[in-house]
Amino acid sequence: MTDNAIVTLRELYKRFPAGKGTFTALKDINLTFGKGEFSGIVGPSGSGKTTLLNIIGSLDTPTEGTATVLGKKINVLSQKEAAALRNNGIGFIFQTYNLLPVYTVYENVEFALLLQKISAPERKKRVMESLQWVGLADRAASRPASLSGGECQRVAIARAIVKRPALVLADEPSANLDSANSHHIVRTMKELNRELGTTFLFSTHDEKVMQYLDRIIYLKDGAVEKDELC
Amino acid sequence: MKKFLLKGILKDKGRSLLPVIVVSLGALLTVFLYSWVKGVMGDSIEMSSNFDTGDVKVVTRAYARQADQYPNDLAILGVDTLLEALKAGFPDMDWAPRIRFGALADFPDSLGETRGQGPVAGWAVDLLGEGSREPERFNLPAAIVRGRMPESRGEVLLAENLASRFDAGPGDSFTLFGTTMEGGFTFVNYTIAGTVRFGATGLDRGAVLMDLQDARAAFAMEDAAGEILGFLPVFHYDDRMAQEVVSRFQAGAGSGDGISGQDQEYAPVMITLGRQAGMAEMLVYAEAISGMLIFLFVLAMSIVLWNAGLLGGLRRYTEFGIRIALGEDKGHIYRSLLWEALVIGSIGSILGTFVGVVFVYIFHHVGFNFSSMMQQASMLIPGIMRPAITPAIYYIGFIPGVLSMLLGNALAGRGIYKRQTSRLFNELEV
Ligand SMILES: Nc1ncnc2c1ncn2[C@@H]1O[C@H](COP(=O)(O)OP(=O)(O)OP(=O)(O)O)[C@@H](O)[C@H]1O
Ligand SMILES: [Mg+2]
Repeated sequence: MTDNAIVTLRELYKRFPAGKGTFTALKDINLTFGKGEFSGIVGPSGSGKTTLLNIIGSLDTPTEGTATVLGKKINVLSQKEAAALRNNGIGFIFQTYNLLPVYTVYENVEFALLLQKISAPERKKRVMESLQWVGLADRAASRPASLSGGECQRVAIARAIVKRPALVLADEPSANLDSANSHHIVRTMKELNRELGTTFLFSTHDEKVMQYLDRIIYLKDGAVEKDELC
Repeated sequence: MKKFLLKGILKDKGRSLLPVIVVSLGALLTVFLYSWVKGVMGDSIEMSSNFDTGDVKVVTRAYARQADQYPNDLAILGVDTLLEALKAGFPDMDWAPRIRFGALADFPDSLGETRGQGPVAGWAVDLLGEGSREPERFNLPAAIVRGRMPESRGEVLLAENLASRFDAGPGDSFTLFGTTMEGGFTFVNYTIAGTVRFGATGLDRGAVLMDLQDARAAFAMEDAAGEILGFLPVFHYDDRMAQEVVSRFQAGAGSGDGISGQDQEYAPVMITLGRQAGMAEMLVYAEAISGMLIFLFVLAMSIVLWNAGLLGGLRRYTEFGIRIALGEDKGHIYRSLLWEALVIGSIGSILGTFVGVVFVYIFHHVGFNFSSMMQQASMLIPGIMRPAITPAIYYIGFIPGVLSMLLGNALAGRGIYKRQTSRLFNELEV
């Protein structure tokens, strides 16, 4: 285990109740993600990618083994502590962009900062900065409905990074995008990874995404099949 | 955060419109119905006090037992002395001796033969006395339909309904057949000075209103009166004040010496309006109805708003999911929902109260004529009903408005706690 490890998974199992018995979604996972990594989890549907990201994102807990994220043991966090961990350290990007339709692009991004005690001028500075990173500063006042899918996902990226989390989890971020937009958003994230040192962890089965990754972990039936640096 | 939520409420019509409408309607109805209950009850009590019961009433113990029959053979004697004592004991109150009686009115034709006969309910009050406040209590002369106020002994006012039934009018005479205090038979001729309509259904059917002295002469009741009504120096009847007057009277105030030697049966007793003929129940009833109305509104509206909240919660599933993912504590989300409920409930209550108050003012001035629907009523109920304008109408609508919204959202919002965070993404990716 290195000192700059952000995520450490040890002998991690996840079982879901299924019928009379249980279904094992993750089996004996042992992984470490260091600061500044740009890695992806790849695997067929049902292989456990989302389950793994959920546990790392403190939205779920392991059945066995330990998951340590940003120094916190996920297994023992209360609902409140888990919320605080997400609030301070983790950004999420979803396959469906999940922007709030009643709010403007600006407000959608600002939303992520409202839980933190940040002054209004500072919020504004950070929101605009994030929108510039993703190239949407000029659309700040638009509603999500008037944006393309690619633009929506870029707003979602801005929302995920506006609070400068140490870790961004992106669950199949390109699944709903065409080829050009897929390239665009992954490149954007790659730049952010380089400039801000943010750790990115993807789940994907998109070849276009994979070509940008520094490290790919292949999951199959809930177990790590291959873990290779690119 | 609050500003952010407020923006959501304002921009997301689906979140705010239905609840605001429901809440305003509920607040409006509450304000309106409450003021009606208060108005009708208040007017009825006011009318009872003025026409029938006074705020307190002094009668003999024996009279009190059969008060509904107006047994004048059990009337108070030595009224002048007693009045002096009452005025001395309760100087800020107004005291009015009255005689109530039942009699038969006989209307003659031009030849003096009987044209028609009918029972009348008689009110003998101080109509002609200098400075008497009795005409004011009977809303005279405004209640006069035809003719004028009586100006001398022998002139009376007759209910317009009765007069027109017998084709009689101002200037006509009629004969009253009745019983004297000793139980003897008597008849006296009177001239109709004017006809009256009080807007009180029981009275308008067959009342005859005459000066107290005329009745004393007719029924041989010199220095006697069936009842002495006492009026508190307040606009609306105050039961506690009335009870206090009665206690002081029982403790000796205002009863003087003139009656001390009398038979216990004929000793004067004082009764509050509340204790007379079901009035106490009516007062309790009025309060109970208002309370019940509000309770029912809170209940019904809460159910509607609960469902609206559930639907709203479904619509906002994504929002709550993202908020959880962004690291908002579930309790915080729940509390923000309650805060929104407070805001929406207040907005709806303000709107509903405003419209309700406007309606109350309009109907207070217009009134609603019920008299045709209450021909049979013998109670003293005002024929024209109107809502009361009280300070409560400005805030009473907020009780069901805000409560129901809070309750509805509190119930609907429980789903947030049940939500599995591990399902967040799966559900979001539908
Ligand atoms: N909360 C749950 N309860 C029961 N079973 C679950 C739950 N979450 C996931 N599973 C099961 O665990 C397995 C792994 O699911 P997961 O969503 O992690 O797969 P995935 O690799 O993300 O697939 P996809 O590419 O389709 O998103 C699946 O068989 C799924 O049915
Ligand atoms: Mg998945």
